[in-house]
Amino acid sequence: MLHNRLPQIVSKMAGYPLSNNQVVTLSQTVLTLLALLLMMSLVLTPDIAWSSSDIAKVTETATIDHPAAPVLGPKDYRQIGSISSRSFVWVIAQLHLFLAAFVLAVPLFVTVIEWIGVKTGDQRYDDMAHEFMKVSMTAYSLTALFGGTLAFSLFLLYPTFMAYMMTVFGNQVLVYALLFFMESGVLYVYYYSWYALRYGNKKYVHLSLGVLLNGVGTTLLFVANAWATFMMAPSGVDDTGAVTGGIWDIMRGPLWNPLNLHRFVANIAFGGAVVGAYAGYKMLSAKTMAQRAHYDWMGYTANFIAVLAFLPLPFAGYYLMAEIYAYSQQMGITAMGGILAWLFIVQAVLIGTILLSANYYLWNGMARCEGAKRYMGLIKYIAVTLIVSFLIWVTPHTLILSAKEIATLGGSHHPWLGPFGIMPAKNIAVNLMLIGTFLSFQLYRRSDKVITVPWAGFGNALMVAIYLVAIANVIFLGVYYGYFTNTVYKVGSSVAQVVSTLIVIISGVVIDSMMFKGAKILPVKWGYISNRGVYALFALPIAFTWLMALMGYVRSSVRTHWHVYTIMKDNSVDNFIPNIGHAGNMMTIATISFLLLVLFIFWVASLGDTKQAHPNK
Amino acid sequence: MIADESRFMTQEQGGIPVFLKVLSFMVLMVLVFTGIANLLPQVEGQAPKEVKVDLGTLTMDAYIAMGETLFKGKGTCTLCHNNLGRAPDILALNMMDTAAERLKDPNYKGDAKDSENYFHESMIAPSKYIVPGFGKAGDPSPMPKINKAPIGLSDIEMGAIIAFLQAKDGAQPTVPLPTETPAIAETTHVAEPPKPAANAEEVLTKNGCTACHAVLDSVASIGPSLKAIGARATREEIRTSIINPSAVIVEGFAPIMPANFADKMMVKELEMVVDFLAKSTSEVAPESSIDTEKKGEK
Repeated sequence: MLHNRLPQIVSKMAGYPLSNNQVVTLSQTVLTLLALLLMMSLVLTPDIAWSSSDIAKVTETATIDHPAAPVLGPKDYRQIGSISSRSFVWVIAQLHLFLAAFVLAVPLFVTVIEWIGVKTGDQRYDDMAHEFMKVSMTAYSLTALFGGTLAFSLFLLYPTFMAYMMTVFGNQVLVYALLFFMESGVLYVYYYSWYALRYGNKKYVHLSLGVLLNGVGTTLLFVANAWATFMMAPSGVDDTGAVTGGIWDIMRGPLWNPLNLHRFVANIAFGGAVVGAYAGYKMLSAKTMAQRAHYDWMGYTANFIAVLAFLPLPFAGYYLMAEIYAYSQQMGITAMGGILAWLFIVQAVLIGTILLSANYYLWNGMARCEGAKRYMGLIKYIAVTLIVSFLIWVTPHTLILSAKEIATLGGSHHPWLGPFGIMPAKNIAVNLMLIGTFLSFQLYRRSDKVITVPWAGFGNALMVAIYLVAIANVIFLGVYYGYFTNTVYKVGSSVAQVVSTLIVIISGVVIDSMMFKGAKILPVKWGYISNRGVYALFALPIAFTWLMALMGYVRSSVRTHWHVYTIMKDNSVDNFIPNIGHAGNMMTIATISFLLLVLFIFWVASLGDTKQAHPNK
Repeated sequence: MIADESRFMTQEQGGIPVFLKVLSFMVLMVLVFTGIANLLPQVEGQAPKEVKVDLGTLTMDAYIAMGETLFKGKGTCTLCHNNLGRAPDILALNMMDTAAERLKDPNYKGDAKDSENYFHESMIAPSKYIVPGFGKAGDPSPMPKINKAPIGLSDIEMGAIIAFLQAKDGAQPTVPLPTETPAIAETTHVAEPPKPAANAEEVLTKNGCTACHAVLDSVASIGPSLKAIGARATREEIRTSIINPSAVIVEGFAPIMPANFADKMMVKELEMVVDFLAKSTSEVAPESSIDTEKKGEK
């Protein structure tokens, strides 16, 4: 194959003989670079500028003009019977996004797991990666089905709005379609060639296919993100909505990259949580301890992926919100201080659920190893910190009170709980929760090891010092800049808080990896986790799913009564922000529908391994 | 199976199937979240509604009331101007006194001389003066321009708010009552008259002629080639073919040429193209009209 021949050709031309290892390394490098180049070229598509000579076909209007955004009226909206068009599109779009997030995320961590399998030589990783991909394949078809349904419903129910969006984005939608062809082709080759390209040099070909698959998938995500961010913060158009820039100007609005980062990381966390639920279900249904042990290990790995991706997610979300504020203070305050403020209390409930579930799973998982007993005493302190922080996070600023209660209280804010309702308190809470979660994770990783490096005492002291300083810094910054200085400094101080948390995480990983060298490994009894603890693997994807739906509700609602913010007003019958109860009901419909789809996906994945015995044998 | 392991193999012990247990757990969680969402204050965010006002019968009291409604509604002023510290708490301040103080501030670099103009300037050009203690040094004001989208208040609406701000603390409004709808040009974008193309090449490109006809660098063959059109058609025939393409259909070609070039092209543009094509008597392109213009300039 070319990847083998090319280095040999080069070595012949140079007169320099290559060893087998060098051939392997070079071919791996060549293939990976090719895949990366293709990914980069997809992402950095040259500016597709409009010009009057871009004509698709000769018609009465032979040139393309750039009209202002139309003003929509009743005739521009359609309805299917008495079904609200917004509700219909909401559920379909949400299901498409759930499935798309899943199918984009799974190949990301599957490729990494596959690579770990190659590096460690442990075939279990390869088998697990293959099993995760098997689950993803059925999901891919469903994603496409819902994507097609979404497109049809948008064109049917909002034809004028979609016509405008096509005018703005033009050929870019065909690029999106082309990327789907590429995604499908690479996906099928990647999955079905798994056993044909399993060992030796061929494995590197397979890994490169994985990299290529992820490059195409990520590009798909970025392309689609541009439509959503254009609706929130339009760019490349003038005040009337007429296109003034090229496609790159239109795509590269102020919220595009923040949303790209947030969705990329969130997808990984979400995908890990869903496959974790798969593993948890298989584990509880296991017929033998060996099977239970296998799926326990799989569930742990999936949970590890989900939590690892989840830890930086609040920061990505904060970056997105900061950019929203920078674009439009009004939009930012609408989201967090205005009509949608209560929504972020619900978000706090969900993220608290996620963090508590993740920690609960880790604590229960410590039963797998005898070495965990030495750390069990710390669990209660982490639990108290998490619960207190969670309670602070869910404390609202403005209370739900009757007029009589407001009069008795002397205002709508509680005198001493009220301060917990503003952002500085919540920043302290979330950072402490993340530090606590990382500590649980760090203790879990240490539980099956006896550290033998001579500087273990110093290393542990350093780690403790980093934790204490970071916690003190987080609390000090939040209290001082949140309550005793100009409100403007709140935002800046939160960056320093985030940095403190990240230093704990990064230094923890680095110090531990150094301290674990030569460590004595204690036996881990996979499968020896209580069934109660496994239920955390079901809590995680449910909380993630509902949280995704909630954030979609925020993203749409911050546009208030605009289809495209400041450009095209929403003049439909649904041009209002629905109340959170109605939104909650819609999100529940979407979540339960997704749950049923996921059960179908898991069932199909298992069906492939089922063989009916011959009746006569 | 080791006795220790039997406590994990609950599936073998019978009872509720795992599938039902897991499904019930997940549905229950979802219902808890739904319940929380339904227990919170239920507020809908309504879009501003158009209200017809009879300017002929409008009194100053009604105008002030309209201003208060706009201040708390469509203007979204209370989103930031409240007691949470994001912006000056207008409702708590005596705005007439406050305006007077700010106009005296040496840092004030705006053009207003009185409270009415100060309030108006604050709405349409909020970065002219940022009240100390708010915003970030060096950055423009975080306040949006009230007369632009997404708020987009009209002059009458801004006047109403000014009247409210002046009257709320007992002062007499100085804003005149509106008696007629202002000219549309104040709020509607009026496009400047288009400029004609600079040369024939630009006209041909702009109107998409190269998509169907072989002309300039194009080799399209949907329509007849224009490269030697001057040798086979007169100026009048060329002009007619552009503005009334169905008058003569060249054999072998479909009658699909757009008939609206007379509306789209300016007279000057049409004459430039007719001149250019009339000079095109061989397959070699005529001297570029760009070069001709530059020579003319010399």
